[in-house]
Amino acid sequence: MTALDQMVGFPQQQYGANAGQARLVARNVSAWFGTKKVLERISLNMEPGQVSALIGPSGCGKSTFLRILNRLHELVPVAALSGSVELDGENIYGPTASVTRTRLKIGMVFQKPNPFPSMSIAQNVLAGLRLSGTKVHNRDALVQECLERAGLWKETRNRLNESGYSLSGGQQQRLCIARALAVRPRVLLLDEPCSALDPISTGVIEETIRELCRDVTIVIVTHNMQQAQRISDTCALFLIDDEGKPGYIVESGPTDQMFSRPNDPRTADYVNGRFG
Amino acid sequence: MTSIAPPGPDTLVARRPEVEWSPAAGAERPPSRRRGNRSAAIELGSCALASLAFIWLLFTIAGLSAPFGFVVCWYLLFLVSYAVLSNSLHGRLVMKDRLATIGVWSGSLVAGLALAAVIGFVVFKGAPVAFAKFPHFWTTDMTRGGAATPVTSVGAGAAIMGSVEQVGIAALFSVPLAILTAVYLVESQSVLAKIVRNIVDAMTGTPSIIAGLFVYLIWVQPHGVNGKSGVAAAVALTVLMLPLTTRASMEVIKVIPGGLREAALGLGAPPWRVVLQVVVPTARTGLITAAILGVARTTGETAEVLFTAGGNQRYNLNPVHGWQDDLPLRIYELIGQPSLNAIREAWGVAFVLVSVVLAFFVLSRSVGSSGRGTLISRLLRAARRPTIGDTP
Repeated sequence: MTALDQMVGFPQQQYGANAGQARLVARNVSAWFGTKKVLERISLNMEPGQVSALIGPSGCGKSTFLRILNRLHELVPVAALSGSVELDGENIYGPTASVTRTRLKIGMVFQKPNPFPSMSIAQNVLAGLRLSGTKVHNRDALVQECLERAGLWKETRNRLNESGYSLSGGQQQRLCIARALAVRPRVLLLDEPCSALDPISTGVIEETIRELCRDVTIVIVTHNMQQAQRISDTCALFLIDDEGKPGYIVESGPTDQMFSRPNDPRTADYVNGRFG
Repeated sequence: MTSIAPPGPDTLVARRPEVEWSPAAGAERPPSRRRGNRSAAIELGSCALASLAFIWLLFTIAGLSAPFGFVVCWYLLFLVSYAVLSNSLHGRLVMKDRLATIGVWSGSLVAGLALAAVIGFVVFKGAPVAFAKFPHFWTTDMTRGGAATPVTSVGAGAAIMGSVEQVGIAALFSVPLAILTAVYLVESQSVLAKIVRNIVDAMTGTPSIIAGLFVYLIWVQPHGVNGKSGVAAAVALTVLMLPLTTRASMEVIKVIPGGLREAALGLGAPPWRVVLQVVVPTARTGLITAAILGVARTTGETAEVLFTAGGNQRYNLNPVHGWQDDLPLRIYELIGQPSLNAIREAWGVAFVLVSVVLAFFVLSRSVGSSGRGTLISRLLRAARRPTIGDTP
């Protein structure tokens, strides 16, 4: 239990006394859109307190896999799924698992920043709590803490009541990270969070990610090899063999090994930019 | 003769350089882009004048006096001569471009003139009546009316109050229902939603007299003389307002980016909270506009209130009991009377009606475009903002 938990008076049971350190395991996950299979038996361990990067070319199922990890995949009407995803040994697709509770524990930051336009910056940070009907005792402290952790506090401390849309793209993305952090997730999923940002904003967000991974398990999708190398502890390469075929994992392992001495020649080709 | 000569190296560059770039021509302001081409204006004007002169000559020789036919013949001849002139001077492409421009301009001019004529005629005929001894006409009822009494002895007060009550009650019924329906139709993919969507679309095109007859048959007729009332009229108006407002609200809710819903769901929100706390607040101004447009549209409906409100010369503020007046119905009754004064009064009421509807439209426009509050403007601003250079 952190000092922040005491400050904002979170009910311990709801978020778990060991909030933060969580292991996410995907077992034999296959996914379909309609009759088209897009993922083929993906198995991956995402270790607690580490940053796991998913790399691979466009359209190979990385984002789909990420959305499966917090049950956003099933929002698509024709989507189907097999296999299981376990958060600390508990299957999030199990018969007793609750969708909303799962998403509270496993937060998501999207490729395009998407703050809520009808809310101010502070309200955006608290949106997850408000939307899940959680009472907060000390709003101001929570807003400050989350914005600080997302590296946005200095820029927004004097304009917390302005619209979230008044921020720049990079700031909006950090606001979305702050918003995801406010519900105290145990896992944070990031879907190419820096793809629309300039190098300076990207640097700030990468720094934020490195700091966050002490408390939160992080899974990030990225197209940027250097970024994967800089921030991730483990890495998984997704590929597809042919257009219309499902994506699969070629190789996964510690990032430095993946980049310096990969087992599979396709990994060596991809990380060195000799692919396709 | 339309041979295309390759432009010399400096023809494109040296089009109008001195005027635009010389500091003497006002360096602070950008050069006007509408300076246009003087020779083009001369060509257009001379074609118009020449065809006018020719048609005038023709009509005079033939001894015709038909103003409408004159204008049509002039316009057609102008088109032909302008096409021929443009073709011979500048080639086919320029001719087509100019003809299309003329077509677009004259089409919108005719439509705009027709609209302006309708509004203008109502103002011309109605404003003197409505503003004689102001605000007398807006507050008095019709009880002292008659063929011999002056126009200034009566007023549209009862009709105004009736319209406000009936449309207000109809809005109370239909706006919340319409917004809830719209949310359901946009968010749900079920078969029922598809059916309801089709029904809403079909109902948007329902002839309004059908709505009036519907309420007449199920409510007014069974209750005899007491059947007609403000509420009966309001129900009939609801039948029309509900699909209109639902359609408009659906369009507003549809443009809300799916990313916002996903973001909210991804935070662990149950779907009903996503709708109430993200979707509806984001669409708020658009929904208000949709509601006001529905209200404005139904305010002028006559066919529905014809059999349901009853009409009443005196004030009846009670919508649930007794016949009630309203604006379109009052106009309908007044123009049916064999009295010039009644016709003039009808124009006055028409002016009141047009001002009320116009006020609603202005209101909806100002609500829909108010500064930072609107969804559309925020989205546009967000889209325009460059992402590069957002350094802290």
